[in-house]
Parts: sequence; structure tokens; C-alpha cells
Amino acid sequence: MSGKPRDNERSASPPADGRTIGNRERTPKFTTVSGYPIRQLYTQADLVEWDANRDLGLPGELPYTRGIHPAMYRNRLWTMRQFAGFGTAEDTNARFRYLLSQGQTGLSVAFDLPTLMGYDSDDPLAEGEVGKCGVAISSLADMEALFDTIPLADVTTSMTINSPAAAIWAMYLAVAERQGADWKALSGTLQNDILKEYIAQKEYIYPPGPSMRLVTDTIEFGAEHTPKFNPISISGYHIREAGSTAIQELAFTLRDGIEYVEACLERGLAVDEFASRLSFFFNAHNDFFEEIAKYRAARRIWQRVMRERFGAKNPRSWALRFHTQTAGCSLTAQQPYNNVARTAVQALAAVLGGTQSLHTNSLDEAWALPTEAAATIALRTQQIIGYESGVTNTADPFGGSYFVETLTNEIERGAEEYIAKIDALGGMVAAIERGYPQREIADAAYRYQVEVDAKDKIVVGVNNYLTEEKPIEILQIDPSVAARQSQRLRRLRAERSNSQVERSLEGLRKAAAHIPVAAGQANGNLMPYLYEAAKAYATLGEICGALRQVFGAYEEVAIT
Amino acid sequence: MPERKIRVLIAKPGLDGHDRGAKVIARALRDAGMEVIYTGLRQTPEMIASAAVQEDVDVIGLSILSGAHNTICPRLMELLRAKGMNDVTVVIGGIIPEADIAPLKQAGIAEIFLPGATTQAIVDFIRSRTTTPAQQG
Repeated sequence: MSGKPRDNERSASPPADGRTIGNRERTPKFTTVSGYPIRQLYTQADLVEWDANRDLGLPGELPYTRGIHPAMYRNRLWTMRQFAGFGTAEDTNARFRYLLSQGQTGLSVAFDLPTLMGYDSDDPLAEGEVGKCGVAISSLADMEALFDTIPLADVTTSMTINSPAAAIWAMYLAVAERQGADWKALSGTLQNDILKEYIAQKEYIYPPGPSMRLVTDTIEFGAEHTPKFNPISISGYHIREAGSTAIQELAFTLRDGIEYVEACLERGLAVDEFASRLSFFFNAHNDFFEEIAKYRAARRIWQRVMRERFGAKNPRSWALRFHTQTAGCSLTAQQPYNNVARTAVQALAAVLGGTQSLHTNSLDEAWALPTEAAATIALRTQQIIGYESGVTNTADPFGGSYFVETLTNEIERGAEEYIAKIDALGGMVAAIERGYPQREIADAAYRYQVEVDAKDKIVVGVNNYLTEEKPIEILQIDPSVAARQSQRLRRLRAERSNSQVERSLEGLRKAAAHIPVAAGQANGNLMPYLYEAAKAYATLGEICGALRQVFGAYEEVAIT
Repeated sequence: MPERKIRVLIAKPGLDGHDRGAKVIARALRDAGMEVIYTGLRQTPEMIASAAVQEDVDVIGLSILSGAHNTICPRLMELLRAKGMNDVTVVIGGIIPEADIAPLKQAGIAEIFLPGATTQAIVDFIRSRTTTPAQQG
């Protein structure tokens, strides 16, 4: 094929020996899954501006391009953390104990949609959704069952919850206290990233102002009481799943991070008091090198943001730590066993990009929540990468690759342009209110769909290489979950002290109605009030409802 | 008299907020020349049925990924019948287990588009099911 734009295809440097370049390429355009153009060859000439000392450095050292630990996986492998949750707390407790028995090293809780939206299982709006996309948690009683016989002092727990995150965390802390675990020893992560909910996943309850306050409350509370717990996981995962490009995922996530830092500084916290507990969460999509470059660029941008924009002095504040999940949106319902291969490639990119923890999706996830057998293969995939592939023997094996370093530079530049644009719009909340990131993502998602429909992008088993197939076995959620949850809630409301619940909710409402002031003064942090309400066995619906009364509910202007 | 465009209500029922599919389809149908109304998130069957009547749509497209389809769809179909909207074509796009497809069709869902369906297939199906009087002559 001829007539292609050569400068788009070929490295900045024509080969010194004057070789001519083959012009029979099989497609006019080579792009990443994000649509980013890739040239035929990368050479030293692409890196003339690049300085190995300044831009690459060593693993564990500034600018952290090569990873945040000197020996990386030679010291310890990443945490293998499979996201799980379905049915009742007891159902999920059994899955957790199974996964731990199979060598999983951290827990990760998936909550059902009513819980994610702050509704009890017996709320009319919860009908049909209880225990479907995750576990149903309506009160401390459910949380106690979820972690029954799992010592919270010894495991690390990630909880994927956002709008009701502070309330759910209060319940978790109450379980820990009941188990006799020292809060100072608790380790885990609360997702608690509300900005990406407005941008992408849309599980918001309150308007941005009070939501940002709740996030700031948890970060402030954590800085004092749970020094080893990550109170937030600033997430690009959902932005990518909503259809963004890799550069958008990176840029919007880091800009969200900047927004949270600014909110904490306004609260009166010093940057080094909390910045080392900020954690990140990225997607691992299909395009191997684009993803690796994205993680490397993320670390390099964040250390610069922390040092130059915020003046952080503690090296632990500079180092971007992140969790990765392979891309759910890349999995196909067709020929689902192919998803094992996709997930392996994606997981390998996450590891070569230096992730701190990893979730690998199961082959059946385009159909339903994973069966135990499918979840086991997903975990085994990580173990094969960790123990068999050899990629963990050295830190940042791609360091110095012309292609990887150039792509890292280009993705970094692309993300910084977006960050500057959002700065110019007045920050992320202002940008969200104008629909800016939402529109950018919707445009990218549509572009991708058009490319797939036109077969410009091949998806194996979907728009090419089709075969007749039989349905696979999928996980069935016990239909009695909702009834059992309703019964449990009825019993809870009958047995607890309802006057104590009412008092705790009244305290919460009053505190919420006051604007918080800077730390050190009479503080309006809502965490202690949420903790009291949780301990009194107020339900999640009651707690979130009380805050809804004060804060109001958010309605987005949908962009299509 | 200008040709009446096919009117489609794209709705996102239930608590789920994953709206990538709904938005991509809304845009694809619009690019195919249809009039598309998007309800936004978290619509109850009651809200969707009312919107369908108010907007006088020919087609309702539901985007459901959460597993709540067996609760939502039969109720919506009942409400539509009660409102006399017997000829509205209702389609679903999303994650629907094979075993649920036949009962949903029995409840009156015209077609179910699973992950991997092309936007063209959806456009073609809607066109094949909608012939308005204006289009006929």
C-alpha cells in the first residue's frame, strides 16, 4: 500500500545506512488501541532531547520512570488482589476464604449497586439488583459477616466504593475494633474517588462540593488514625472503561489527584502529612506498549506535580503507587476462552509497567460475575507471570528501549496538555460541570466503536475469526439473596437501639450542616459521626439518606 | 410534508451508571438519521414508560448491564401495554445471559443485542421494525 504519510509511520531518524523502507505495509495506518499513531521504527534520533539521567534515572529514584522500588519484584511480587463480591456477606466471605487459601495476598470487595448508591437492600429502588454486581452491605452486621474469621490486622483490604465510602469505611473500622485490631496497623485501600464518578462511572449521590468534603474528611481522618491505610485510590480504570484513550485516562486521573491535594491543602493539612497515602488505580488495556508507557509517564508526571506544584519534601509523597486491573471492556462475550489470553497480555503490561497490585479479570466477565473456576484461572495467570515468565528477575526490563522511552515521552506530553487545559478551565470540578472530560471520553468511545464496526480495528471473535459456539457456564446469583437481606434488615431494626440510631443520625446531620474549618480548630470532620452511626447499627441507607437530606442529590446533564 | 424521522428513546434503567453503550448507540442512531431522546441515568420503568408516551417514540432501547433485566423488562412491558403503547418496539442492549433471552422475548422484547453487536445491525433492525405512515407515502 502506498501514499501513506511517511512522517507518521517512520521514526524521526531515517536509518543511517540509507536503507529504503518497505512500502508494502498491510494497513495504511498503525495506531494503538487508543488511536495513537505508531511509527515503523524508533531509533536513537527519537531521543535526542531525552537525557537518561534526568528522564529515566534508576528504579526507586527520581523521576521514578523505572519504578518506585530499587529492586522492584526481586524483593516482593505485586499484591495479587482479585476483586470479588456477590450475593450476601456470607457468600462473599466464603469466596474470600477460598481465594486466600489459593495464594491470593489481598482482599478486594465488590459491592452491589444498591450499596454503591447508598440504598439498603430492602429499598424499593434496590429491587432486582441486590447481590447482583457485588455483595450487599446494608449495615455493620453485614460487614461483620463479610469479614467473619478473617483477621483484619493481617490482610490488606481494598474496598471499591465511592459516594458512601466514608460510611462503609466507618463500618470497616468498627469491625476492626471489634476484632481487637489496632487501627494503626490496618492496611488497605478505600476507592473513595468521587471525581471519576462524575466523569465516568456515574455512581454519585451528592453534588461535587459536599462529596469533595467527604473525601477530604477521610484523608484527614486517615492521616491521624490509620497511617498505613490508603484513604483514596484515584482511579483511571473507570475512565478508560467508559471509552477514553490512554492519554485521557492518565491525564484525567492525575488531574483528579491534583484536585484532591488542593482540597486537603485548603483544609489546612500539610502536603507531606497525607500525600504518601494517596494511591492510584489504572486500567491495563490491550495495547501492550501504550500501557507500559502510560504507567511510566504517570510516575514521572506525579513526582513533578508533587515536588514542583505542591512543594512536597518527603520522597514518599513523590512516588506514585498504583493498583491495576485488566480491561473489562476488552473482554468479549464471543469465544470467551480467548479472554484468558487477552488478560495475560494486559497483566504482563501492568507488571512490566511496575504495578504494586493487580486484579486479573476472569474469562466469563462479559457474561456475568466470575465462577470460582474462572476466578482461579485469572489468579493463576498472575502466578504464572510472577513465578514462571522470568519478567520479575530485573527491574524495568524495557528501560532504555527507543520505542518505550519515546512513547513514554509522548504520552507524558499528551497528558500534560490535558492537565494544563483543565487547569485553565478552573480545575476538575469546574471542568466536570462544563462536561469537558465527559465529552472527550464520549467522543473517543464513539470513534473506537466506528473503527471496530468498520473493521479498522480487529477484535478477534467479534468482527473477525467468528465461530459457532455453545454458551459457557456462568455464575447464578441465588434469587433468595434479596429476601434474606430484607429479613436480616427487619431483624436488625427490631433488635438495635433505635433511639441510639436516631441520636447518631441527628449528630451526623448537624455536623454535615456545618462547613468544616481548618484542621486544629473545632473540626467539622464527619468521620467520627459516621463511626458512631455505624456502631449504632444505623443502616447504610439511613446514613446516606441523612447526608442526602443535608447535601442534596446530584443530577448530571447527560452528554450524548 | 417532511418525512417523519424514526423516534427512539434510549433509556438506562436501574441503578447502574455505566452509560458508554447507551451513549454510543444514541450517537450512532442519530448519525443514521433518527431522532434520539436519551433519558439519562437511573430511570424506573414508570419513568421510561411515561417518557415514551410523552415523546411519542417508535422505539425504546434499554441499556442494561447490571443483571436487573428480569425485574425491569417485564414491568416496563406491562406499563407500556397499560398506556396503550402496543406498537412500540422495545430492544435491549447489554449483558444478558443466554438463558434469559427467550423469556424476555416472550415478555415482548423485540430483540436483544449482546456485546459485540455492531451499531449497523441495531440501525438495520430498528429500520426493519419501523415504518411510519409518512415513510410509507
